[in-house]
Amino acid sequence: MMRLYKRSQPSKFWIYAAPLLAVVLTFLSGLLLFALVGVSVPDAVYAFFVEPLSDRYALAELGVKAAPLIMIGVALSVGFRAGVWNIGAEGQLIVGAIAGSAVALKFYEVDAIWVLPLMCAAGVAGGMFWAAIPALLRSVTNASEILTSLMLTYVAALLLSYMVHGPMRDPDGFNFPESRLFHDAATLPLLLDGTRLHVGFAAALIIVLVVWIFMSRTMAGFSLLVAGAAPRAGVFAGFGKHRAVWFSLLFAGGVAGLAGLFEVAGPIGQLLPGISPGYGFSAIIVAFVGRLHPVGAMFAGLLLAWSYLGGEAAQISLNLPVAVTNVFQGLLLFYLLAADVLILYRFTPEVVTPASGSLNTDTVS
Amino acid sequence: MFNFKPKHILQSLLLVMALGSTVLSAATDDAFKVGFVYVGPVSDYGWTYRHDVGRKAIEAEFGDKVTTTFVESVDEGADAERVLRKLAQDGHDLIFTTSFGYMNATVKVAKSFPDVKFEHATGYKRAENVSTYSARFYEGRAVLGTIAGMMTETNTIGYIASFPIPEVVRGINATAIAMRKVNPDAQIKVVWVNTWYDPAKEADAAKTLIDQGADIVMQHTDSPAPLQVAEERGVLGFGQASDMKTFAPKAQLQTIIDDWNGYYVDRTRAAMEGSWESVDTWQGIKEGMVGFGDYNTVISDDVKAAAEIVRSGIVGGTIHPFQGPIRNQSGEEVVAEGNVLSDEVLLGMDYYVEGIVGSLPK
Amino acid sequence: MTSDAWVLTALTIITAATPLVYAAIGELVVEKSGVLNLGVEGMMLAGAVASFAVAHVTGLGYLGALAGAVAGTTLAALFALLTLGFQASQVAAGLSLTIFGTGLTALLGQPLVGIAFKGVPEFAIPVLAEVPVIGQLFFRHDLFVYGSFILVPAVAWFLYRTNAGLTLRAVGDSHDAAHALGIQVLRWRLAAILFGGCCAGIAGSYLALSYSPMWVENMTAGRGWIALALVVFATWRPGRLLLGAYLFGAISILQLHGQAVGLEIPSQFMSMLPYLATIIVLVLTSMDRGKISLHAPRCIGQPFYPAS
Repeated sequence: MMRLYKRSQPSKFWIYAAPLLAVVLTFLSGLLLFALVGVSVPDAVYAFFVEPLSDRYALAELGVKAAPLIMIGVALSVGFRAGVWNIGAEGQLIVGAIAGSAVALKFYEVDAIWVLPLMCAAGVAGGMFWAAIPALLRSVTNASEILTSLMLTYVAALLLSYMVHGPMRDPDGFNFPESRLFHDAATLPLLLDGTRLHVGFAAALIIVLVVWIFMSRTMAGFSLLVAGAAPRAGVFAGFGKHRAVWFSLLFAGGVAGLAGLFEVAGPIGQLLPGISPGYGFSAIIVAFVGRLHPVGAMFAGLLLAWSYLGGEAAQISLNLPVAVTNVFQGLLLFYLLAADVLILYRFTPEVVTPASGSLNTDTVS
Repeated sequence: MFNFKPKHILQSLLLVMALGSTVLSAATDDAFKVGFVYVGPVSDYGWTYRHDVGRKAIEAEFGDKVTTTFVESVDEGADAERVLRKLAQDGHDLIFTTSFGYMNATVKVAKSFPDVKFEHATGYKRAENVSTYSARFYEGRAVLGTIAGMMTETNTIGYIASFPIPEVVRGINATAIAMRKVNPDAQIKVVWVNTWYDPAKEADAAKTLIDQGADIVMQHTDSPAPLQVAEERGVLGFGQASDMKTFAPKAQLQTIIDDWNGYYVDRTRAAMEGSWESVDTWQGIKEGMVGFGDYNTVISDDVKAAAEIVRSGIVGGTIHPFQGPIRNQSGEEVVAEGNVLSDEVLLGMDYYVEGIVGSLPK
Repeated sequence: MTSDAWVLTALTIITAATPLVYAAIGELVVEKSGVLNLGVEGMMLAGAVASFAVAHVTGLGYLGALAGAVAGTTLAALFALLTLGFQASQVAAGLSLTIFGTGLTALLGQPLVGIAFKGVPEFAIPVLAEVPVIGQLFFRHDLFVYGSFILVPAVAWFLYRTNAGLTLRAVGDSHDAAHALGIQVLRWRLAAILFGGCCAGIAGSYLALSYSPMWVENMTAGRGWIALALVVFATWRPGRLLLGAYLFGAISILQLHGQAVGLEIPSQFMSMLPYLATIIVLVLTSMDRGKISLHAPRCIGQPFYPAS
């Protein structure tokens, strides 16, 4: 049996090798899974892994799918490092989309260059507003932001439902629950012609860069880290607990709101009752799989988007149920999380087998 | 635990690359390809399940000459367009998009693939290669409303509704009008659950309505849970989308069955033979798109006869579920005696008629 | 409404809250040991599908419940392997567990869709069941509901009145100190995680066997998340957890009543009420900072590695 020992310092090798190991393990489990559900293994592997990267359009779609995951994942990792548990990014995304759409519909058919920037500002403001509620409740009444931000996500989804069924629905749309299609001046410019890759993807990369610099090069970023590690130390470093709470929530809320606005002003082009397949929740996974590092979150976001697109491709070419995709994604995440143990720990054969099997025991002395 | 050798990993990677390239070179077969995009899982036993029954009917009808594909649980946001484009790119000749939320994505993708035929359910935007289709479920509701009006003893019908879209409002109104014709004292209490699909919540709504005096429960949500509650509480109800008799043998009086089989087979045949044209189809009981189950044995002959008169009247064209005079909730006459509501008004219906408790969100 | 209708409504509230009580009390014990498992939804689904399958095949509802408990525990063991064995992030592992559980149950449950099950039998408690109102509310239930009545006080007693409970709380408050005292931190956490999985499995079984006896994909519809929120709401105290579950259940049911009597408020706003009420009550009760810090497990979410 194996025992777990802490390394004196993180393994440089495994920092990069662990994700690869995880992918290989997922891959091998995938072979088993596909064989079990009775589809041709090579076909499944091809559909899952190769098709999403097979041409220009597919690659652009990877960017479309990854953009909100990266944006929100990176923004959340800032807060998570500071110990602020915002799990309501989905709600902040929704409110941002509503606010941005309100601007687009208010200035419907106004062909001016300021419409889109104003929509973005409204999106950010909407997301920040929704995140400010948990921040306020946390700093004034000490109410846990875990609960308040999650509950507000349900409220936001219902608010969106009300908006598209009522005040914001298309006046010429036979009372169906959707807004007008946004006009051209209210639609995001594309990065690649003939695809749907919009400037939101570029924005996501900029956010990665900015957060990276912020966290590693600035005093404020350092203080935020300290606030998470030890509240008291954070106060001494000039970043009080309340400021960390406000900063983390407003930042993530603003970014999530912007991501929501990008969805409605980009690939969707209108406000619908369902604008996000849970990007705000998936982004939590992205943040952790990316080890709470902006660059890690970028890769994690791309990886998760890849697996979503792979699942679609497998459904289309093999009639593989979507449930298989979920199982497969779950396995991928399990392996990624498990493999990271090798960065800080090493497995060593043990002479005496402990009773608790392969779990490490506490009797180290 | 981790005793994989690097050599093994390398070997498997190479294996994969080799396999991948063989797939790349595989030729596509020349069967007619029909694709389906579903909003829920095929195993929802409701809306999506019935569309998938229709897909299987195509396979049964044409055998080797067609292959069908479905993509389930496709989000109505940004994902829809990608899935549609991929289906078209992969050589599908005919694609059914089975939820309203796919409307704009369908029209957009259809523009880039003029040779592919698209069929969008429950929408109103058409193009050269985009048809729309929908079922007049409200005709079925008129039959159920007749049964409900005659059988209620408390004069209260409970109605579990999903979202305030015209389709659902139309169903409630058709029920109310038919019910009031046979029982002017009866009323409908509506509860909106804001979901299509949450068995426990649907059960909660059914219990609430029964506690409020309803002795018949109707639903426009997907699961059999409300019927199960009706069975347990000893009241009556109606099935939705499928025959739900097995879930509530005593409580289910009758059921509406979504039957897309005929339409799907016809349209596939038309597309295969080259006679497919863009049309707007809205079929009802007559064409078989709205089907029924068996009448429950507790229904008396009088009630059965009255229901059959409505059913055959709708089939024969002598009865229209939205025949004047129709009054709205505040008692104003919205349709005069002798007139019927046009399809266009029905399509966007957003008000309640007389006999319904509550107000419709605006 | 008649008084009879009020009793029936109260009865609906009790049964609607029962799955939340099970899932939340299990998670409360997990969190008390210093572990945050966000995979409640996945474990509930596993419980639901396994229980329905066994009940369908054997015809024995309560045997199904046992299978549901085992299924929930099995997924919890996977979570334990990742977080305790491989020191993985608990938040991420829990979320992944939900994704995995949703997919796995949908896959395995496909043959069970469209099958009816008669539900589990109820047992009226002699004499007590005949007491007006009280008897109807508390003494005519199935074993799931009785179990929830017993489980919460039992957990409270365990946590605050037994040595084992003291140890568990110590592990959650300071794993290093507990370790220094010779407590096997990881074994305690493993036990708590498995207990949480077992409870979530039973919660799922209740939905699939009693509340709406059927299996459909994703039938828990987010109740696992509500359960997680309730633990925070309860500030990790079993009594308040019961209160929170019933409060949430009550407002969910009463807003439906409000609609049925024709209140002129858009249904979306009515549906928001349970969530808003939970926030408001939490805010009102969070003001007293001392109490929360007294009950909140201080090591929550932190992986433990013995510093030798």
